[in-house]
Amino acid sequence: MTQQAVTAKTSRRSAYAPLSARGEPYIWLLGGALAAGVLMISGFLILVAWNGFKAFWPGPVTVITLKDGGTVAGEFTRSESFIPAESTASGPQNRALYRVGNFDITNEDFKWINEADIKSTSEPEDILFVERLEWGPFIGRLVAVNSDGKQSPAATLGPSAIGKLISMAKARRQALMDIQRGQMGVINSKLEKIRLKERKARLERKTEDAHPASVSDDQTAALERKHAALAAQAQKLDAQDTAYTFTFADVSGVEKTIRQSAVVRLYAPNSLGISGRLGVYLGRWWEFLSAEPREANTEGGVAPAIFGTFVMTLMMALLVAPFGVMAALYLREYARQSWLVSLVRVCVNNMAGVPSIVYGIFGLGFFAYGVGGWIDVMFYPERLPSPTFGAGGVLWASLTLALLTAPVVIVATEEALSAVPQSAREGSLACGASKWQTIRYIVLPKALPGIMTGLILAMARGAGEVAPLMLVGVVKLAPELPVDMIFPFIHLERSFMCLGFHIYDVGFQSRNAEAGKPIVFMTTLLLMAVVATLNAGAIIARNRLKARYVSGHF
Amino acid sequence: MSNAISQANNEIGPTIFHPMKGDQGALVSVKDFSLWYGARQALYGVEMELEKGLVTALIGPSGCGKSTLLRSFNRMNDLIDGLKISGSILFDGQQIFAPDVDVIGLRKRMGMVFQKPNPFPMSIADNVAYPLKVDGVRDRQLIEQTVEKALKASALWDEIKDRLHQSALGLSGGQQQRLCIARAIAADPDVLLMDEPCSALDPVATAKIEELISELAGHYTIVIVTHNMQQAARVSHNTAFMYLGRLVEYGETGAIFTVPRADKTREYVTGRFG
Repeated sequence: MTQQAVTAKTSRRSAYAPLSARGEPYIWLLGGALAAGVLMISGFLILVAWNGFKAFWPGPVTVITLKDGGTVAGEFTRSESFIPAESTASGPQNRALYRVGNFDITNEDFKWINEADIKSTSEPEDILFVERLEWGPFIGRLVAVNSDGKQSPAATLGPSAIGKLISMAKARRQALMDIQRGQMGVINSKLEKIRLKERKARLERKTEDAHPASVSDDQTAALERKHAALAAQAQKLDAQDTAYTFTFADVSGVEKTIRQSAVVRLYAPNSLGISGRLGVYLGRWWEFLSAEPREANTEGGVAPAIFGTFVMTLMMALLVAPFGVMAALYLREYARQSWLVSLVRVCVNNMAGVPSIVYGIFGLGFFAYGVGGWIDVMFYPERLPSPTFGAGGVLWASLTLALLTAPVVIVATEEALSAVPQSAREGSLACGASKWQTIRYIVLPKALPGIMTGLILAMARGAGEVAPLMLVGVVKLAPELPVDMIFPFIHLERSFMCLGFHIYDVGFQSRNAEAGKPIVFMTTLLLMAVVATLNAGAIIARNRLKARYVSGHF
Repeated sequence: MSNAISQANNEIGPTIFHPMKGDQGALVSVKDFSLWYGARQALYGVEMELEKGLVTALIGPSGCGKSTLLRSFNRMNDLIDGLKISGSILFDGQQIFAPDVDVIGLRKRMGMVFQKPNPFPMSIADNVAYPLKVDGVRDRQLIEQTVEKALKASALWDEIKDRLHQSALGLSGGQQQRLCIARAIAADPDVLLMDEPCSALDPVATAKIEELISELAGHYTIVIVTHNMQQAARVSHNTAFMYLGRLVEYGETGAIFTVPRADKTREYVTGRFG
């Protein structure tokens, strides 16, 4: 009897569960999906980081003697195998890409050299890698130095003497810039202000011939005299500067004389020790982070783009935080939960899925042309037809991004609010607090970590956005930052640069894609670092807030 | 459900009243009070009076409407959509469901302690000072005095006087509940409403709260909802037994527990159901 029962049971239920019931295949599937995702992300990160970090490392310069008698000098970039068009040789051949520089002489920055054409290679110690303000790098030898008429052959000067000359030249350049862009810029903006004031006065009187106050005439004359004096001074400095030159010769003997002040950095790559290389590497990093771009953005730094991204993201956060939090507060705390509120909620969620370029078009049409155009007509009629607020600018870009990221903040805030336990609200209400007091003192502090998370996600999204910004204020090169020393210091109407657009511009819109490659990878790395920093900040802030409100559950 | 109700209508007659303890008169009078959550009726024509300065216990099985009744006293049920009422509750001679009643003012006179301790995520002192904060009191000295008085009244002062400015969330469950009582007291209410204040606490903490309730009786009119019949017997002067939204029997605690007249009451207090 007992025996029978046991047999019956085992026949119905096997001691071994079938594979599908145990779930192992699914575990492999799920784990595999995760692994694939992690692999893709880490592969991407490693690629960008590797290309970014190695981009500034000064490699050796190779002098190649070709079989046809020519010589080429350049920094090795990469090599590949290829199949030549006219198949003289059998099978694929190898070729290498060298950064040869000397764009002003040869009209090319990079050159492919077939391995088969090489007769011999060498790495001479006296070859120099010269980074210039214009025309990209120069690779060659220093022939002569002319310091204000004092000629000295290159051989008599050590590297430290040359370094000193370059830093002196830099000081001269800085002084010139100071006059041209600093002092003269201030005077120009003052003159412009007077001109606009006169035009405004004329517009208000609706007559063209009315003569404005003579005070402004005196002012204008004084300013113009000052401007002329500064211009003369600048011209003198510039003339002085032309007397300081370097004469270089490339490996085939063509000589090139350039101003000392046009040299950014100069080093002998083949005789440089590891510490020297590190110095060049860090110097390039510093330049990248702190300097303005040169050469159609393919060289120099990205400081204005970093600053622009920072200002824009900060303004966006300041705009979206109160707006999103207030909207979510009304939706969750005050609105009667009806089908209408559900509909609004669905719409808000869907707004997060609208392509960002659509927001860009809206921002351009509504904010820039609509609101901005109206502001121009109302407050800046004297500047028309050139727009003040009626074109893309950092304010409109921030507003557009605030709109774009509002759903993120609203959804996160709503979730955070609904996670606040009803008991906390009841406790406050039972103490005689009004609904607003309850929200202000109890609900919002408890929801703050969640709100912060949403806000930082929004900031990370905004910082990385490109498409809408191209329409509402981001430009390839903005000569003036949105914040400067000219009254009123913050210029919300100005267009600006940002990192995301910089990547697109340097990578795909520049004259020389190969030369811009390091900047593309570096900027990508920087942008990811900015986003990662924002996220890390979010996590730290959230954990701090959570720790403050940790509940001692029993 | 409707079956159960019609059965209940047959089974439960009108409320049986015993003599009450108390000689100061009623502070709260409930008159033919019914309440609906949407289409579902939760209270059926409740008639009762809460004696001033005494402890009244509301007992009954789950879902009998005792918490609903308690939360009607300070209009906490207002938060629920689709609430309907009929009849009236008078507090100090005033209709609490009248349209012109200041609900916030009402809640200030009726402190409430909840089932689960719900201290706010702030310091112990700030928790107790919260009713003053919402009143806009800025006088630091007054706040400190009130906090100390309330904490002493809730027998918490000696345990936490050295960490007044630490987070209230670090307290034990029993301490948190006494803190909530202190918070209710700090508002200087006339009535203390307690919704199963000990159900989330261990026996030691429960004993402390019960002791506290006995001490507070006399100063405050206390209404306590409890599932624990021993607790009702220990702390209350009068007891109301509710069943399926109706007040079945109401009177002096001793009488309800020793000589209940309704069958349901007898079955419940002897532990036959509930």
